Amino acid sequence: MPKKREIKEYSTDPAAQEMLIRADELGIGTAFTRADHMVPCNIGGAGMCCKQCGMGPCRLTKSGETGVCGATLDTIQARNLTRAIAAGGAAHSDHGRDMAFLLKAAANGEAEGYSIRDVAKLRIVASKYGIKIEGRAPEEIANDLAELYISQFGQQRGEVVPAIRAPKKRQQLWREQKVWPRGVDREVVEALHRTHIGDDQDPAHILNHAIRTALADGWGGSMIATDVSDILFGTPAPILGQANLGVIKEDMVNVVVHGHEPSLSEMIVAASQDPEIIEYARAAGANGVNLSGICCTANEILMRQGIPAAGNFLHQELAIMTGAVEAMVVDVQCIMQALVGLAQNFHTKIITTSPKVKITGATHIEFDEHKALTIAKQILKTAIDNFKSRETAKVRIPKIKEDVIPGFSHEYINYMLGGSYRASFRPLNDAIMSGRIRGVAAIVGCNNPRSSQDYLHNTVVKELLKQDVLVVQTGCGAIAAGKLGLMLGEAGLSEVGSGLREICETVGIPPVLHMGSCVDNTRILTVLTQMVEDGGLGDDIDQIPAVGLAPEWMSEKALAIATYCVASGAYVIFGGASPVSGMPDRVNDSDLVLKYISEGWEKLYGGKLEFIPDPQKMIEAALAHIDKKRAALGLPAWEKDKFGRSGDARMRELEALPLEVKREAIYGATAD
Amino acid sequence: MSKYIATRAIRGANALVTEAEIMLNKALKEKGADTPVSFPNTAYYLPTILGMTGKAVEKLGDLQPVLKYARDLLHPIPAFAKWTPYLGETLDSGMATLLAAEAIEAIRFVYGLQPEPMPGFKLAGGTSFTSPDNSLTPSPLPLGEGAGGEGRLNGPIDDIQLRSWGIQLVDGRMPGFAAIVGCAKSNEVAVKIVRELQRRNILCFLSGNVNGRSIIHQLMEEGVELGYDTYTVPFGTDTISAIYALGFATRSALTFGGLKPGQSREILLYNKERVFAFVLALGEVDDLKYAAAAGAINFGFPVIADTVIPEILPTGVTTYEHVVSMPFNQIEGRDDLERAERLVQKCIEVRGVKVKVSNVDVPVPYGSAFEGEVVRKADLRVEFGGKHSRAFEYLYMAKLDEVTDGKIEVIGPDFSAVEPQGHMDLGIVIKVAGRQMQQDFEPVLERQVHYFVNGASGIQHVGQRDIAWIRISNAAADKGFNLEHFGKVLHARFHEDFGAIVDKVEVTIVTDPTLHAEWLEKARAAYDYRNKRLADLTDDKVDEFYSCTLCQSFAPNHVCVVSPERLGLCGAYNWLDCKASFSINPTGPNQPIKLGKQLDDRKGYWQGTNDYAKIGSHGVVQEVSMYSIMENPMTACGCFECIVMLIPEANGVMVVSREDTSMTPAGMTFSTLAGIAGGGLQTPGVMGVGKYYLISPKFISADGGFKRVVWMSSVLKETMKDEFRAVCEREGDPDLLDKIADERNVTTVEELLAWLEAHNHPAMAMEPMF
Repeated sequence: MPKKREIKEYSTDPAAQEMLIRADELGIGTAFTRADHMVPCNIGGAGMCCKQCGMGPCRLTKSGETGVCGATLDTIQARNLTRAIAAGGAAHSDHGRDMAFLLKAAANGEAEGYSIRDVAKLRIVASKYGIKIEGRAPEEIANDLAELYISQFGQQRGEVVPAIRAPKKRQQLWREQKVWPRGVDREVVEALHRTHIGDDQDPAHILNHAIRTALADGWGGSMIATDVSDILFGTPAPILGQANLGVIKEDMVNVVVHGHEPSLSEMIVAASQDPEIIEYARAAGANGVNLSGICCTANEILMRQGIPAAGNFLHQELAIMTGAVEAMVVDVQCIMQALVGLAQNFHTKIITTSPKVKITGATHIEFDEHKALTIAKQILKTAIDNFKSRETAKVRIPKIKEDVIPGFSHEYINYMLGGSYRASFRPLNDAIMSGRIRGVAAIVGCNNPRSSQDYLHNTVVKELLKQDVLVVQTGCGAIAAGKLGLMLGEAGLSEVGSGLREICETVGIPPVLHMGSCVDNTRILTVLTQMVEDGGLGDDIDQIPAVGLAPEWMSEKALAIATYCVASGAYVIFGGASPVSGMPDRVNDSDLVLKYISEGWEKLYGGKLEFIPDPQKMIEAALAHIDKKRAALGLPAWEKDKFGRSGDARMRELEALPLEVKREAIYGATAD
Repeated sequence: MSKYIATRAIRGANALVTEAEIMLNKALKEKGADTPVSFPNTAYYLPTILGMTGKAVEKLGDLQPVLKYARDLLHPIPAFAKWTPYLGETLDSGMATLLAAEAIEAIRFVYGLQPEPMPGFKLAGGTSFTSPDNSLTPSPLPLGEGAGGEGRLNGPIDDIQLRSWGIQLVDGRMPGFAAIVGCAKSNEVAVKIVRELQRRNILCFLSGNVNGRSIIHQLMEEGVELGYDTYTVPFGTDTISAIYALGFATRSALTFGGLKPGQSREILLYNKERVFAFVLALGEVDDLKYAAAAGAINFGFPVIADTVIPEILPTGVTTYEHVVSMPFNQIEGRDDLERAERLVQKCIEVRGVKVKVSNVDVPVPYGSAFEGEVVRKADLRVEFGGKHSRAFEYLYMAKLDEVTDGKIEVIGPDFSAVEPQGHMDLGIVIKVAGRQMQQDFEPVLERQVHYFVNGASGIQHVGQRDIAWIRISNAAADKGFNLEHFGKVLHARFHEDFGAIVDKVEVTIVTDPTLHAEWLEKARAAYDYRNKRLADLTDDKVDEFYSCTLCQSFAPNHVCVVSPERLGLCGAYNWLDCKASFSINPTGPNQPIKLGKQLDDRKGYWQGTNDYAKIGSHGVVQEVSMYSIMENPMTACGCFECIVMLIPEANGVMVVSREDTSMTPAGMTFSTLAGIAGGGLQTPGVMGVGKYYLISPKFISADGGFKRVVWMSSVLKETMKDEFRAVCEREGDPDLLDKIADERNVTTVEELLAWLEAHNHPAMAMEPMF
């Protein structure tokens, strides 16, 4: 029988711990306890199990052993990894496709409740592709852009267009390596084809297509998703919001939106502010409707509307256990099937909405963008109707929440560093070049119940901040830092090294920048590209002192993200277990693929993917990489406490002096 | 920024925009929306507003959308806790402050409150200097109509001054400007700060006050001359008037950078990269000063304060630190004067200003900021030359072993015996030697005497050759300046500036009457010889011209082609100067252009000049004609001395002087015309030129030459009368000069045509110009 962990080993988040104690009291299982019971298969976990055909599954556990068809261990690992990347890329890209269709519908006035909210971004994006913008209505431009974007998915030949936004040198490299994706769907289909029984059986060759498939995600489907979301719902800019279970309100109808796409959740936000709905909620005895989010849906509405985040991936069950959630509305990705069973212990309704996602036992109200607002209201009314079923005795809402300042789109970052007139990445590049900022870490990805929730994320983040590394986050990692208070300007004064503190204070930023949902990792690609273009940090992404980390990864999307980042030149470190780790202590050469995606890819793309379970080693590797890139650029080696003289501290001290002394201290002897 | 600064700057910005709105509403009610608004003598309307928004404000009503725009740039002040970022927001609010400040000054002009009245104040110098007493020419700008006059501060700098400083700004002699805001610790410190900046040839723009006292008051009390001539310009005693510094910066980009109104980002980056300016805040920094400073940071201009303010040391929006605090009392130094010196050094370091300081061993301050200084009769100790005595300067080359480097000899009595405000004869004879020295360089070097001698504070030099006119002030004499010091100045500066061609310099100062007469005769023989040599030096006698890209740091696509018969448009570089400059610095801005095949002798096309025009202009200009205004005329940066422009109806051209502010028959003033002529663009029918090109036989010779001149600013006609008479003789029409109209009698095309008819001007009978 596997060992059951202590509650404090499950999560470092006190709100989560409180709910897990509650779960114990109620005798309810969660992902945390199921992880204890479900020991991962060590052969499948190492990528050594092939179940591609009916001759197997073949589990390879000895040196030199092959599958029934003769497939070697590294071929099997490469195929498994590539299939996971294809699945992850498919998830992001299908999200992107839906957004492109939504843009088309909105442009043609066929999408109830939607409008083009960010015309400036529409024009900028459209003009990148040579779409005529002068003298045209936003709807006309949007229609052309939507057509272009829709065509990227089914395109058979040529090059997917968003990738022209990468640095010139990088584009050249992709062409040389023949990995520039032709069409999003085509690369995913080909990945599945190649990994079918009896096809591509050269591991490096298979993995080269994994690169192409992943690029179709990062510089294709995902980028389209981000662009369209911004155009329809507004490009994020900093806004005050909150995170953690404490945002659930006892006196209101609580609706938790969970999943990934902003199309429905934005409509629910709009509907929740509709006087008709507010009145409907009042009539039901509640003080209105309180919305909150889980997972990346949370990120989407947090960064645009300031709607609070109830938590990240592992909070989905815990939110229901507050007993105060009338409905959890879900769309796609990362939705645990366990929710339905869990909800049966409470009055909570699980409402599925995507035509692609039904869960046995859940209420299904299918979303249709043509009637979005009507459906959103219907969903809210369903939730409000459920308010009367809430059992007050079962309500336990942790009084724990933290303020956050999310909303750092690359457009805003550009603005914040110079205002409307002098917007650029120059101050950021300068800060890196001088050594005030040692480097940049993008810390992204999921929660994983096999490690303590948020522990790896926050351990790495906190230490890197002290080392003057500016952190940008997306997805569930972002919410982890938000819950800890790291996404506030105040943290920029107290939680960081002295050089980074100067930058945070100069710009007024938190030391951890929330850049959006997991599909928004493309924003990080854009930031890196703009840093290259602003000069001083080399001429391609792989030269920038930056590193990507996903300490608590679990989804296939994370693997796709990692791979497109590697193909873009980034060093990516994953925590937890490697899906292609092999068993090198028992099976010779079972780590060939593991080495290939590190050293092999680094030779080709300047980026590499490595799996490092220990957070301290993760930090060491990240810093070593950053320092190596600094040295290669000829930048001064980072020194602790070299900077930090400027800022308000001295002023605050003097301002606190008694009036008569203060004047002399600040202004010196008065002028004659 | 920091939150402290952001809070104050944004608060100040909100307050100023509101103030501007209130003032505008009042003015609209009292004066009406159609009341014209403008700054004096500028073609750039309200320049900051024009540059940043592209809006040309001509009437009070035009200010409404500007202030609306400014309000939209404002932001709320950062929250006490859990703030959102504020850097971009503060910079935007700073820009709003600048737009509002300029609007306020424009409204004040409408009410006659600008330039700021200051009883008893007199500006040093008008727009151009011709006589020590400023008496030979009338002041070009009547009171209240432009830059100063009696009883008022300067207000905004006009286009004329901007352009006349142009060459110094572009060739680096004038590294940049200091916008000084507030009040120094003491008068002594105020003077020292300004002197230190002047010593480095940095323009000082003065504004602001602390509790009512301004550095302008401090300098006035100490008798420091303020005005264009001393590079120290008093804008006004409030912070709002500091906007004039940014209007100057904006116009630099429009005038010399070829940028267009509304290209705000480019204009700001131009300033960050090319205009070395900074803000020096003296004394308490209040909300409005923070707000204005935030506006200045948009231009890449850092802020240095002599009080405790939060420092912003990271870089990016500015090239080096953004905000630096140097509390005056904490600066290390023996006394306040040394502290002031250190403060200025810090400013220069923070902006990265490139400064060349001449170390000249004389008992008075030295630097080109003192070049324009006037010694008035009341301050005069002694003068050489002018009406009552004769002064000359003569430089010649000798063999290396004939020159004793550093030897300075005064032959004859010094001026101790001369009564106050008296005069005596003086000769300055300079003997130089060097392996690279050529006889052709003698006049080039000799003309430097004017600049070198003028650099000494309290010494004034006018003219050249045997019409030199030198004055020594009482202040300089009291500090011990004597005749030998002329030698010291010249020896040091020739070595410093012309070290590549001059190895040895020996100076003899002659006051002994017999010897003076002897040397004067020798000098005159040399002048004659040089005149003949210069007259013989024609375009067809040389096989190379010179390029001049001196101002490409400011006007990136402009290139001058300098030939023996066509000097540079700034008037500062002729063919010999370029040749000397090339010898001094073979990789410098003056490069020989091998002429190669002549393609058209009438219009002046050579294979070599065309090829060079393409390269030098980075492909913007394809061909350049040396002798025509109608076909591929030479481009201009912005610092030309005159503009020549076609008047189609008159079948001729007019010549407008930089000093002329009046209306021309083209319906535009010099300032407006300059916008068409400058910026490195080729515009047939319009050309910026050096005034001595007018007397060249090759002056628009392809189009008919000097006979085409139908109108000319009177200031040119008067100051170059003798030269023009000779040209008229040469052209076979001795009375031609009197047939040329000027602004005193003709300001419209109709009047011009009538004049030409009445005076039988030859242009009317010439073949059509196009």
